[in-house]
Amino acid sequence: MTTESTTAAVPVSAATSRMRVVAYAVLLLAVCALPFLVSNYRTFQFTLVLVYAIALLGLNILTGYNGQISLGHGAFYAIGAYVAAVLMDKFGVPYYLTVPAAGVVCLAVGFLFGLPALRLEGLYLALATFGLGVSMPQVLKDKHLEHWTGGVQGIVIIKPDPPFGLPLNQDQWLYYFTLAVLLIMFLLGWNLLRGRIGRSLVAIRDQPVAAEAMGVNNALYKSLAFGVSAMYTGVAGALGAIAVQFVAPDSFTIFLSITFLIGIVIGGLASISGAIYGALFIQFVPNIADQISKAAPWAIYGVFMIGFMYVMPVGVAGAIRIVWARIRHRTKGGDNSQKS
Amino acid sequence: MDAFLNQVFAGLATGGIYASVALALVMIYQATHHVNFAQGEMAMFSTYIAWAMINAGMPYWPAFFLTVAIAFILGVLVERIIVRPVERAPVLSVVVVFIGLLVIFNSLAGWIYTYTIKVFPSPFPAEPVHLGAHLFSSHQIGAVGVTLVVLALLYLFFRYTPLGLAMRAAAQNPDSSRLVGIRVGWMLALGWGLAGAIGAVAGMMVAPVVYLDPNMMSGILLYAFAAALVGGVDSPGGAVFGGFLVGVLENVLGTYVIGNELKLAFALLLIVGVLVVRPSGFFGKVHVSRV
Amino acid sequence: MSTKQLLVSAAIAGLALGTSAAFAQKKYDVGATDTEIKIGNIMPYSGPASAYGTIGKAAGAYFKKINDEGGINGRKINFISVDDGYSPPKTVEMARRLVEQDQVLLIWGPLGTPPNTAIQKYMNAKKVPQLFVYTGATKWNDPKNNPWTMGWQPNYQTEAAIYAKHILKTKPDAKIAILFQNDDYGKDYVKGLEDGLGDKAKSMIVARASYETSDPTVDSQIVQLQGSGANVFFNVTTPKFAAQAIRKAYDIGWKPVQYLNNVSASIGATLIPAGLDKSVGLISTGYLKDQAEPEWKDDKGMNDWRAFMAKYYPEGNIKDGGNISGYGNAQTLVQVLKQCGDNLTRENVMKQAANLKNFRTEVLLPGITINTGPDDFAPIQSVQLARFDGKEWVRFGEILGK
Repeated sequence: MTTESTTAAVPVSAATSRMRVVAYAVLLLAVCALPFLVSNYRTFQFTLVLVYAIALLGLNILTGYNGQISLGHGAFYAIGAYVAAVLMDKFGVPYYLTVPAAGVVCLAVGFLFGLPALRLEGLYLALATFGLGVSMPQVLKDKHLEHWTGGVQGIVIIKPDPPFGLPLNQDQWLYYFTLAVLLIMFLLGWNLLRGRIGRSLVAIRDQPVAAEAMGVNNALYKSLAFGVSAMYTGVAGALGAIAVQFVAPDSFTIFLSITFLIGIVIGGLASISGAIYGALFIQFVPNIADQISKAAPWAIYGVFMIGFMYVMPVGVAGAIRIVWARIRHRTKGGDNSQKS
Repeated sequence: MDAFLNQVFAGLATGGIYASVALALVMIYQATHHVNFAQGEMAMFSTYIAWAMINAGMPYWPAFFLTVAIAFILGVLVERIIVRPVERAPVLSVVVVFIGLLVIFNSLAGWIYTYTIKVFPSPFPAEPVHLGAHLFSSHQIGAVGVTLVVLALLYLFFRYTPLGLAMRAAAQNPDSSRLVGIRVGWMLALGWGLAGAIGAVAGMMVAPVVYLDPNMMSGILLYAFAAALVGGVDSPGGAVFGGFLVGVLENVLGTYVIGNELKLAFALLLIVGVLVVRPSGFFGKVHVSRV
Repeated sequence: MSTKQLLVSAAIAGLALGTSAAFAQKKYDVGATDTEIKIGNIMPYSGPASAYGTIGKAAGAYFKKINDEGGINGRKINFISVDDGYSPPKTVEMARRLVEQDQVLLIWGPLGTPPNTAIQKYMNAKKVPQLFVYTGATKWNDPKNNPWTMGWQPNYQTEAAIYAKHILKTKPDAKIAILFQNDDYGKDYVKGLEDGLGDKAKSMIVARASYETSDPTVDSQIVQLQGSGANVFFNVTTPKFAAQAIRKAYDIGWKPVQYLNNVSASIGATLIPAGLDKSVGLISTGYLKDQAEPEWKDDKGMNDWRAFMAKYYPEGNIKDGGNISGYGNAQTLVQVLKQCGDNLTRENVMKQAANLKNFRTEVLLPGITINTGPDDFAPIQSVQLARFDGKEWVRFGEILGK
C-alpha cells in the first residue's frame, strides 16, 4: 500500500511545487471565505466536517499509518466531548481551554488503552476496540459519575460568543476557531508523519519484526500511536460538543465508531487529505441517502459504502493520487514526444 | 443459594443464545479467516423469512428446514457477489463491506417487516420442565439441544468428510490447496453458506425468547463475539462453551457484583482480558508463526 | 362637546378602526403563505428507536388526508419529516436544517428526551415553536423559561404518582420491586413513583433492577426481583422488554400486583406477544383507545381511524398504538392551526397552542379532554386506571390528573 510519506522519492520540479503552493493558497482562501458565502446552517455543517476531519486524522494515524484497527474511537470522541462539557458546565472553564484539556486527557487514556492492546493483533484488536465502543454509553450513564456527567440527561452547553467584539456571528466564529485548531493539528500531524516517527509507524505496520530488529521500539511507538490518535479524536470531540452544544450518552454509540472507520477507509488510509474527504462523506452522504429513501436510509448508506469499496478501494485520496499521477505522466510523455 | 442457582440457570439459558450465534461466527472464521460483523443481521433476516412463511400458514418444521436452505443459498450468494470482489483488498476494506452488509440487512428487515415486535413460535412444548425445584422452559432446553446437535454435525463434517477437509485446507493455505486441485473460491462460498445456515438456526432458536424485531441481534452480537473469543475463535466446541460461560458470568456478576448497569463494560473487560492473557481462548489452537 | 373632546373621540374611533383593520389582515411568519403551511418534524426512522418512526409516517399520512379535504383554512400542509436516528447531534443538525434551510413555520413532535433536550435551547432562542413533543418527561411544561416548547402526552411522573397513590390506598404494606430502562424515560418514572410514595418510598421499594436496550433479555433481572420477596412490581419497560418481563414472571411463578407503564400498554405490541393469559391482572393507565379492544369495535372515532389507516397508511401496522397516537397528536396540531385563522405567525401558533379548551380527538378515551393555558403547557393531564382482564383494558375509578 503506497502512502504519502513513501512516495516522496519522486523528484518534483520547481514549477510543480510552485503550482502546489498556489493551489493550497487558493484552497485556504476558499475555506476561509466559506462562512460569508453560505447560510449559517451550512456553516454549522461545515464546522462539523472540520471536527470529523480532525477525528479521522486521529484514527488514520493509528489505523492507516500504524496498522492498528480500532472500532472504538467513538469512545475517545465521547471522552473529549464530556471533558469539555463538564469543565464548561461545572467548573466554568472557558471553551478554548477545554479543547487542549480534552486532548491531554485523551492522550493519557489512549496511551493507557494502548498498553494492553500491544498484545492484540488485527482482528483481536478490532474486537477489543469494538467492545470499548459498545460499552462507552453505558459507562457514561453510570450513576457514580452522574453528578458530573448529568447521567442520561446529558449536559447542555452555552455557545461561545466571538471575542474582541469581532463582527461575526456565533456560527461563523466557531467555524474559524475550529478551522484554526484543525490547521494546527494537521500541521503537527504532517510534521510528525513525514519524519522519523512516521516512518517508524509505517515500518511497524508493514514489517513489525524487521522494524524491531532495526532498533524501533515497537511497544513504545504503538502505545504512543494510540495515545496521539486518541488525543486527536478527543480534541475533535471537544470541538464537536461546543458546536452541537449538547452531550448525552446517546450521542456516542457504537455507530459513531463505525462511522469513523468508514470515513477513513473511504477517504483514504494513510493519507492526511483523506481525512477531509472522509469527513465530507460521513457528514453529507447520510443526508443524501435520507432524501433518496425515507424508508431505508441506512440501506442506501450501506450500498454507498460497499460501492465505494468496489470502485475506489484506495479511498478518494488514493484515487485522486492515481488520476493526478496519470495526468502528470501523460503531460510529461507529451513533452517528450514533442522534443523528438 | 436458591436465587444464585436461578441466576446460573438463567445464565445458561441466555448462554445458549450466545453459543449458537458464536458458532456461526466461528464457522465463518474457520472457513475464511474473516469475522463477519453482519452475521447477526443475516441470521435475523433469515428468521424473518421463516416468520413470513409460518405466518402464511406453513407448519413449523417445513418452514424451518426451508429457511435453513434459503439461508445457505443466501450466504453463498453474498460471498460470490459481494465479498469476492474485495477478497484481495486490505482487511479494513473487507470490514467496511461487512458493516455495509450489516446496515443493509438491518434496514431492509425494518422496511419490509416494520419494527413492531413479532412473536416467533417455538417447536417445543409450552409446559416448563422441572429440575428439582427449578423451572426451565422447554424451549430453552430444546434450543440448547439443537445447538449441540449442530455442533456435533459440524464436528463430524469437518473431521470425517473429504469436503470438510478441503474446506479446512482452503482456509489455512489457499495457495497450496489450489495446487492440489481444491476449488478455493467455492470452498469459501460453501463456508459462508454453512455459516448462514447455522445463523438461521440460531436466529430461529433465539427469536421465541427475545421476540423478533430488526434489532434483535444487535445486543447479542457483542456477547457472541466475547463468547467466540473466550472459547477460541477457531474452535466450534470452544464457541459453545464460551457462550455458556459468558451467559452465566454476565448474569451472576450483573446481579451480585457490578450491577446491571455495567454489564457491557464487563463484556469488554472480558474480551480484553482473555485476549491479553490467553489469546487463543480456552480451546483454540495456539498459533506460532514464522518470522 | 368641546373641540378637544371631539378630536379625542375621533382619534379613538380612528384607532379602533385601524386596529380592527389590522386584525383582519393576514399575518405570516416564514413557513406560512396564502396557500401553504410548512411543518417540520424529526423522527428516529433509523437506529435503536426506529420502532417509533411509524408515528411520523402516520402523521404524514394524516396531513395528506387533511390536504385532500381542502387543507386548513384553504392552505395545504407541507410536512417535512427527517431522520435523526435518535442521536442528539443529528437532531440539532436536522432542527437547524428545518428552521434555517427549509424555513418551516414550526417543528411538530420531535421524539425522545435527549433529542428534544438538545434542541430546546436553540428553538427557544430562535423563537420557533417546538410543539407537542413526543416524550413524557416533565420538563416540557415550563412556559416561563421555555415558552416555545410544549409537550402533549401525559407526563411520566404524573402517571407514576397515580400508581403510587393506588398502591398506598390498596396495599399500604406492599413491598415494591422496580424494573426500569436505564435512560431518561425509565428514571423519570422511578422518580415519579418515589415522589408519589413520599417518605414511605425508602421502606416500600425493596428492589430495583435496570436494563439496557442492548440487553437480549431481562430474564436475569426478573429472577433477581423475584428473589427480593416483593409483592408489587412496577414494570417500566418498552414493549419488547415488557413482553419478556411479563412472560418470565409468569413462567417462574412470580405473581405480584403488576403496574405496567403506559408506554407499553398496547395490547397488540406488548400483551399479545407476552401472552394474553399471562397478562391478566396487569394495571396501567390509559388515555388513548386501543385497537384490539372489543369495546371500540363499532366506535365512530376508531372506525374513522381505521378507515384512515386503510386508505392513507395501508402499510402501517394496525396493531401499533403509535399509529393512534400520531393520528391524535396530528389532529391536535390541526386544531391549533385552525384556531390561528389567518394569523400564522409563530407567536400566534404558540398562543393558540396555549389556548386549547376542552378539545377532544375521538381516539382519546371518553372523558379525557385537552386543555392548555398560558401557565399550563401540558395538554393531556388526565388518565384513567385500567386493569387487563385477558381481553381488554377495563377502566376503573375516576379520571385522574386534572
